[in-house]
Amino acid sequence: MTTLAFVLLGVLSLGIVLAFVRLLRGPNIPDRLVALDLLTTVGVGIAALYSIAFDEPVYLDVAIVLALVAFLGTVTFSRYIEKWAHHGD
Amino acid sequence: MVTDIICAAFMIIGTAFMFLGCVGILRMPDLLTRMQTATKPPTLGVFCLMVSAALYFPEIGVTIRVLAITLFVFLTAPVAAHMIGRAGYQVGVKFWKGTVMDELKDKYRGTSIDS
Repeated sequence: MTTLAFVLLGVLSLGIVLAFVRLLRGPNIPDRLVALDLLTTVGVGIAALYSIAFDEPVYLDVAIVLALVAFLGTVTFSRYIEKWAHHGD
Repeated sequence: MVTDIICAAFMIIGTAFMFLGCVGILRMPDLLTRMQTATKPPTLGVFCLMVSAALYFPEIGVTIRVLAITLFVFLTAPVAAHMIGRAGYQVGVKFWKGTVMDELKDKYRGTSIDS
């Protein structure tokens, strides 16, 4: 079970690399925001896999905090982008 | 033994969904398609990974934390995606060329950043 968790951690790390390519290349700010949201969601999954791989359920608290902060960050960025869009009128 | 097999199966399924979401955000042509592939499959992946963690640690505290994470992600992921989509529409991102319908065409107007 621990070996499987380590292998799957490698797969999720590759996924983070793919999402980071979109974060760097994204043509607009909303695309980068989507990539950032996906990065934090994958981070929640990585925290869960890490707690299984090292047999430490304490790391699930990291997943809780990451989910909370990711939602707040995404909503705040979206509000700022909307205000910026209406600023030019 | 059976619990181990179910736990491993949930782990593999959840990781596969998350990885497919990451591939989709790189391959999709548009903001809205990218948004939908970056929101729904990783949410299901989080659910599967949390079920796997709840099966791996047979303690009531872990189960309660796992339920809290799953409920929170299921509640907030659609709200976050909706806000990103609305902000993207008001900024005026270009749609994919195969987009069939735009029901908000005359409802909003904003400054375009595609120039």
